[in-house]
Amino acid sequence: MGLTGLEIFKQLPKTNCKDCGQPTCLAFAMQLASGKASLDQCPHVSDAAKEALDSASAPPVALVKIGKGEKELELGNETVLFRHDKRFEHPTGIAISVSDSDAEIASKVQEINKLVFDRVGQVHSVNLVAVVNNSGDAAKFAEAVKTVQDNTQFPLVLISEDPAAMEKALEVAGANAPLICGANAANFDAMIGLAKKYDAPVVIKGANLEELAALVEKAGYKKLILDSGAREVNKVLADQTQIRRQALKRFRPFGYPTITFADNPDPIQAIVDAGVYIAKYAGIVVLNTADPADVLPLITLRLNIYTDPQKPIAVESKIYEVGNPGPDAPVFVTTNFSLTYFCVQGDVEAGRIDAYILPVDTDGISVLTGWAAGKFTPEKITEMLNTCGIADKVSHRKVIIPGGVAVLSGKLQELSGWEVLVGPRESAGIPSFIKQRWSA
Amino acid sequence: MAVTIAKEKWTSKVGEMVLGTEPNAVKVGGESTLPFLHFEGEIPNKPVMALEVWDLEPTDWPEILKQPFEGVLGDPVAWAKKNVEYGADVVALRLMSAHPDFKDASPEDCAATAKAVADAINVPLIVIGCGVEEKDAQVLEKVGEALNGKNCLIGCATEKNYKTITATAMVNGHNVIASSPLDINLAKQLNILMTEMNLPANRIAIDPLVGALGYGIEYAYSIMERARMGALMGDKMLAMPVICFVGQEAWKAKEAKSPSDETPEWGAQERRAILWEVITATTFIQAGGSILVLRHPESVKQVKAHIDKMMESNAY
Ligand code: B12
Ligand code: SF4
Repeated sequence: MGLTGLEIFKQLPKTNCKDCGQPTCLAFAMQLASGKASLDQCPHVSDAAKEALDSASAPPVALVKIGKGEKELELGNETVLFRHDKRFEHPTGIAISVSDSDAEIASKVQEINKLVFDRVGQVHSVNLVAVVNNSGDAAKFAEAVKTVQDNTQFPLVLISEDPAAMEKALEVAGANAPLICGANAANFDAMIGLAKKYDAPVVIKGANLEELAALVEKAGYKKLILDSGAREVNKVLADQTQIRRQALKRFRPFGYPTITFADNPDPIQAIVDAGVYIAKYAGIVVLNTADPADVLPLITLRLNIYTDPQKPIAVESKIYEVGNPGPDAPVFVTTNFSLTYFCVQGDVEAGRIDAYILPVDTDGISVLTGWAAGKFTPEKITEMLNTCGIADKVSHRKVIIPGGVAVLSGKLQELSGWEVLVGPRESAGIPSFIKQRWSA
Repeated sequence: MAVTIAKEKWTSKVGEMVLGTEPNAVKVGGESTLPFLHFEGEIPNKPVMALEVWDLEPTDWPEILKQPFEGVLGDPVAWAKKNVEYGADVVALRLMSAHPDFKDASPEDCAATAKAVADAINVPLIVIGCGVEEKDAQVLEKVGEALNGKNCLIGCATEKNYKTITATAMVNGHNVIASSPLDINLAKQLNILMTEMNLPANRIAIDPLVGALGYGIEYAYSIMERARMGALMGDKMLAMPVICFVGQEAWKAKEAKSPSDETPEWGAQERRAILWEVITATTFIQAGGSILVLRHPESVKQVKAHIDKMMESNAY
């Protein structure tokens, strides 16, 4: 990735021996640059050249995995600074911490397990449980790690700077590729040694960017997560920006995902700080709260920041049934923008209404945007009513449209022959609207 | 390998807008880098927080939002003063009564309210109409006159009504909010039209018509980032401070409105609702928002505390 044919050519033997199946080394280089060939097809390339090409073609931010199995977390592979340039690849992993001096660890972990939210038809949850060795006691730490591991499927982050405690914890959890957090200048060899022994990812913490870079180079290990040591939000922002910028400039020591800690002593400010970290490049953010009121805004922010700016998430345009709708059931029209559709679906469900929902294909844009863009029109709604088969499912001819596009009602009624009921502006008003206004 | 701090060499900066009059004037904009990157440029002014006042008692605000204003919701002057007590840097008066669906109040009545509010407070005033474009042109014309010399920020001007509003602002010495729906070219075009009428560029604030957290925040976020980069790279027609109507959007969200007992899996409503508004605001600040119009005083307090921290240097 990123290398031109000419740059690759410079590293090849330039003998034009054709063993790769190409007429010349240059032709082979061009094939490589466009991804149509792989380097191992040339039997003569030197080890030095191989390494240079491998590292130059590696993504600017390495892919690092934490945990095993279904809930394994992938981080990295990022390629840009701004989401308008290209989609951010791997959403920030959200870790919730528990302390090994907490007597109620198991129940705390149950709370963390429950942090699962339905949004736009997808399930969103936190990703990691971080066990913190606050006690300073190795046995206690290992015991806490065991309790957490027995009670959750999320991969673990083991937080201790004491290699002896880490070793004990890894005896319990080491087979599941937990994140070791971590190595610093003082414990470096021991921690990196443990990471290598268990083939687990490890956090390297520097006292500042300079020390961080030096430690990364010294590690001789690639499963790394970076911690610049900054803890105040203004400084973390600067360091996160530097690490991402320099990774993109291919300063190799910073080519790994990062970890941040939202441990502002003020609980609300801690969430605000975490929001900044999610927007600004953090690979992982560790929170000290499992209150859904704190976590839901952050999970939502993460979803928003990491959506593909080029394509809105859309649902298929077809008849959807909520509950067990019969011939008397109300028919709601909306657009096929996921967010819009799921707002309506959620509110219809919350009102325990058996109903049909028809999301018109607006290329995945919202009600008002669709209306303003000429994609949510009386003509399109009529077409959907006529072709989707809803007329065979209901005995009445009444359709409910969003309040925001009340202006459509006259024309729609005329074109479709259906009676048009103008619903509330916000879908949250649907349950009370149905109570007051619906009869088939 | 030694670390060389990566600094962008921006060639330009965001224009600086002054709101209100001395000794209570407030400045916004003027940055020569991206938000809070003190290591790379100047950030002479911090983002400011406005709290909304309505000239008509809001009916659909959740209890949590009404509670801090108990007793003043029907009295814009008292409400405005309360906002100042709550720490608002600026007060944003929304002339909802002008709306044909509500009281259809006359431009003169609205102007009188605006004057009374302006005279009662010692912070700058933002005056926004009811959102009906033709009516807002009429209303703001009178409001502009009544507030002559107070250097307010008035709006929202759109491609339909900008002429009247811009003229009023020029004659009476105000700044204008230029609204366009989430599109960098539309924003630019409106700014060009307004500056062609000879309104100085630093008297325009861009309103990108933001959506709340969970409801389109990402679109505005990216438009704002692009506008800020345009400004820093020398595009004068994007170099205006950005105003975000956060409160009106955040408090529409189901996550803010739904009571604790209806959605217990979302946690306590008060905390979640305030965070909805706060995170919407602080995220926009990361994208370059300069004037944030909020509704809940606790949100103002929290966002200000955050900004104070972010204004501390992070130079290397
Ligand atoms: C994000 C956004 C965009 C995004 C599109 C995102 C998307 N995928 O839809 C982008 C940037 C692409 C965009 C573009 C435009 N936008 Co736009 N956009 C918005 C914004 C900020 C939020 C829209 C949103 O996602 N809302 C959330 C969804 C869930 O809301 P919703 O679909 O309306 O659904 C709610 C209700 O309608 C109701 N509901 C939905 N269905 C049903 C069904 C029934 C039966 C009932 C009862 C209720 C109901 O419940 C839902 C939840 O409350 C709004 C302004 C705002 N703050 O709301 C402007 C807004 C919709 N956009 C607007 C405009 C004008 C445009 C453009 C035409 C401007 C332009 N640049 O040319 C373009 C057109 C795009 C195109 N050509 O394709 C205007 C529309 C003005 C109007 N009233 O006509 C708005 C209102 C901004 C404004 N104030 O001027 N936009
Ligand atoms: S095999 Fe290697 S050396 Fe031979 S032509 Fe191909 S690229 Fe060149």
